[in-house]
Order: sequence, then structure tokens, then C-alpha cells
Amino acid sequence: MEAGELNVQDKKEAEAQGELTRPGDFFTPVADIFEDRDSVILVADMPGVNKDGVTIQVEDNKLSIQGEVGTERPGRPIFSEYPIGGFMRTFTLAEIIDQSKIEASIKDGVLRVALPKAEAGKPRKISVKAE
Amino acid sequence: MRIRRMFNTPVWGWKTPFDELDRMRGQLDKFSEELEKGLLQRRWSGVFPLINVTEDKDNYQVRAELPGLKTDDLDISATGKTLTVSGERKIPSESKEVNYHRREREAGKFSRIVTLPNQIDPAKVEASLTDGVLTVVLPKAESAKPRQITIS
Repeated sequence: MEAGELNVQDKKEAEAQGELTRPGDFFTPVADIFEDRDSVILVADMPGVNKDGVTIQVEDNKLSIQGEVGTERPGRPIFSEYPIGGFMRTFTLAEIIDQSKIEASIKDGVLRVALPKAEAGKPRKISVKAE
Repeated sequence: MRIRRMFNTPVWGWKTPFDELDRMRGQLDKFSEELEKGLLQRRWSGVFPLINVTEDKDNYQVRAELPGLKTDDLDISATGKTLTVSGERKIPSESKEVNYHRREREAGKFSRIVTLPNQIDPAKVEASLTDGVLTVVLPKAESAKPRQITIS
């Protein structure tokens, strides 16, 4: 696939559910979600977040990811094009997830969460009998 | 208020209500223009990647968010007053068996030139890439550094 030019994606401010008790802005990270037979995988861009700053929560059928960034940026700002802040996003899961087997990793500011489907949620091949 | 205004309007300059509406629309346009300029405008180049520039006594720091990039994907060069950041963001493709629900992350090439406010020393430029954030530290040239002047 020939790669095209990258366009600027504006950071969208995340809408918090309930007011935040901590100061600072939160943004919605862009994400890819896909599934294969066994699991649902979420990949989200969260630049500036390291593994200590990530919180992942699954409650009922809601998956929420949150990333915090160190806001310390030495120097006096002279030119600002993008805002700095943490990341926060909630997804509603359609599948039944085996919560004990969720795996997450973060590398170069990209979070990857693998959510294994529970046995009951896996697709089953249905064979059609000929009469 | 409006009624008083209408009564105050001299007879020879009588305007139809449509003129008044036009005037109001003009004012609203001006207002929204100013809002865009003043409150909402960020300095916006529209070129990937977006950058933040800061400075201290000796250096300029240029930062950009480039999640998922490796140092090999980036090409950084500097001259006396400009910094060029170019590269390609690759998103490794998943195995064929997957079905997408959502695809928001983008891959592609980019190239951007940043002009700095003052001369820098291209030989001493340093760059680092941590957690998807690129930081380029550009030392100011001797001639561009502020000098403390003592009063004799």
C-alpha cells in the first residue's frame, strides 16, 4: 500500500463523566478497534504516556482507558500548536470479555489492549444439514 | 431600546427593516470573525506534525507528538535557522483474520520545516524520542544569546 501524506488530526477534548477532581485537560485518543476469533483488540495513540500513567478498567460492558502525562515542559513557550494533557476514553463492549485475561502494553506512546472473548462469546460455526 | 433607536432615526435617512437586519447580520459576522481570531485561534499551520516550541536562555526546544514512531522512521536536519522533521508513520498491519470496528489512526509520510526565531548552532542539535514524543533541543548560536550588560 502506497503511503499518503499524513494530515493533522486535531486533539479533541474528552468529555468527562462527572467532574474531574484533578486539574488538567484530558483528550480523546484516536483508536483502532478490531477483533479476531478469540479477542477484541484496542490500539490507542497516547503520546507522552508511559506504563505508569495508564489505567484500564472494565466494568460491566464498559471499557475505559486513561493515560496521564507528565506536564513538566521546561522552557518558556513561544509557539504552541497542540495542547498538552492526559487521555481518556470509554468504549462499550459488545462482546462478553474474560476479564481475568485482559492484557495491555504500551510502547512509544501507543497503547494496546487485548480483551479475550469469554467462551460463551466466541463465534461458533453452524453447519447446515441437508434434508 | 430598539424602539428608541427607531424613533431617533432621522426621517431623511429612514431605513427599511431589511436594512436594519442587514446591519445586524453584518455586526454578527464581524463578531464571529473576531471570536475566531481572538478566542479560538491557535497558531495553526495545518502541517503534520504539530509542534510546540519553547526556549530558555541557551536553547530552543521543539516538541512534537509522534506516537508509534521509531527513531529509524525519522529524519531530522537543521541549518542555521531552520529545523526539518520528516519521516513516515507506519502502522504494522494485523493478521488477515481481523475485522475492524473502528479505524482512526492514520499512517503516512510527513515533512515539516520549522523556522526558528533566531540563529542556532546546527552542530549541537540533539533529538530524543520518548513515549511517542519527539524533543529536539537546539542550542542558540553565540550571537543570538542574550547578553547581560552591566552598567559601569
